[in-house]
Amino acid sequence: MALGSAIMVVISRNPVHSVLWLIVTFFAISGHYILMNAQFIGIVNLIVYAGAIMVLFLFVIMLMNLNAETEPQKNKWLKLAGVVAGGCLLLVLVAALKQAEVKGKVALLGTGDIGLIKNLGKALFTDYVVPFEISSVLFLSAMVGAVVIGKK
Amino acid sequence: MHSALLAIDLFFVIEKLVLIVAIVSISLVIAMYETYAERKVAAFIQDRRGPNRAGPFGLLQPLADGLKLFMKEEIIPNTSNRFLFILGPCLAMLAAMMTSAVIPWGGKINFFGREVNLQIADINIGILYVFGVVSMGVYGIMIGGWASNNKFSLMAALRGASQVISYELPMGLSLIALLMLTGSLKMSEIVGQQLDSWYNVFYQPLGFFIFFVCAFAECNRTPFDLPEAENELNFGYHQEYSSMKLGFYLFAEYINMFISSVVMATLFFGGYDIPFINDANLTQSVGVNLMALFQGLSLIIKVVIFIFIFMWVRWTIPRFRYDQLMNLGWKGLIPLSLINMIVTAALVLLKNNGWKF
Repeated sequence: MALGSAIMVVISRNPVHSVLWLIVTFFAISGHYILMNAQFIGIVNLIVYAGAIMVLFLFVIMLMNLNAETEPQKNKWLKLAGVVAGGCLLLVLVAALKQAEVKGKVALLGTGDIGLIKNLGKALFTDYVVPFEISSVLFLSAMVGAVVIGKK
Repeated sequence: MHSALLAIDLFFVIEKLVLIVAIVSISLVIAMYETYAERKVAAFIQDRRGPNRAGPFGLLQPLADGLKLFMKEEIIPNTSNRFLFILGPCLAMLAAMMTSAVIPWGGKINFFGREVNLQIADINIGILYVFGVVSMGVYGIMIGGWASNNKFSLMAALRGASQVISYELPMGLSLIALLMLTGSLKMSEIVGQQLDSWYNVFYQPLGFFIFFVCAFAECNRTPFDLPEAENELNFGYHQEYSSMKLGFYLFAEYINMFISSVVMATLFFGGYDIPFINDANLTQSVGVNLMALFQGLSLIIKVVIFIFIFMWVRWTIPRFRYDQLMNLGWKGLIPLSLINMIVTAALVLLKNNGWKF
């Protein structure tokens, strides 16, 4: 389902439909998290991505008023370049995935408790406290940057 | 062995299904009579009589209104996107109803020797689930507003969505302070801690106040009903809607009001706890089932009080201007809730330390 809706994101002609399909994709991914017993991550994924970020995306796209008629015709060479770049990316991804050992590592459904909020909090604030703090500093700097741009 | 397991599962499914149907129909009926109560309260405040033609005291008025909405012609503007146009009200309604799944409506009841918990899903991220569903509610407004293909609807939808997502922040921050005290995200545990002890509102008066204000904004109620500001935006994001689809939008607002009252009562006012009475003793004297009934009633009474306050405020306070609304949200409520959070954290830390620095 996640894959199907992700494909629909790309092939929908209307950008608003694309965004809505992306939301469906997030729902499907959250479903995967919950199946893997990571309820906290699943629901936070929904709140943050589907609930907040995609709303902002939707804002922008709705206000831009994109229609099929106003869409500029793309250059033929540009299309070719896009195909080549996409093909290269696919090649790299396939090569990287080929290395990974997938067999015998299928995630067991409903087991594991790292996604439960208690264990997640413990892991974040003991084992991974430095990366956690660094990422919060990153967020802070992004916020300051947004404010600076907004003040102009 | 296997068949026994299956039988238990079957009972479980039936139990939950009955519970879901019951809760959904109760919230629909309550939302229906909220429309009636709103008109009566408005009439009372403005010194009028209110609806009094249909049935005794106008009690059948909501039914008549519903019938009217169903019978009206359904118009779908042909420039709009048909599918999304229909999806909008459906989403609004769905998101409004989904929250009720995690709320504990009462204690246990004993049904033919089987203990039934009066809560549909006791998940350990109950509050976050509520937040997730609330943030889904934005899409009902946005999709409806955009699919109508109307400038006023779009403007109203944008206003509504930005209002909802900005007021979600102080709401979440005020709840974080509460969660520090309770130490659990489970709704049933939060209520359990308040049974026969002080309600959370005494520990978190500021948090409750912030949550209360944000609940008004989340439900698009006056003084925050800017998406429906008639004099600026004709009618709001549901301007192009007619018949029952309009009814769904209006109804979703009332259900939201009911649900947010329930959430407030659950988190801050002890949920189904009966005030001034030792619940355990009463359970022994009247039995489990009657006790569950009393507890449910006590929750409903708390909720009705909240709903009345919602209406009271609506007919008393004028609407904010849009920049005032955003200023209040971002410059007033968020710093306030941050301070509340830090003070609570410090106090909790001190208490765990035995009141020593």
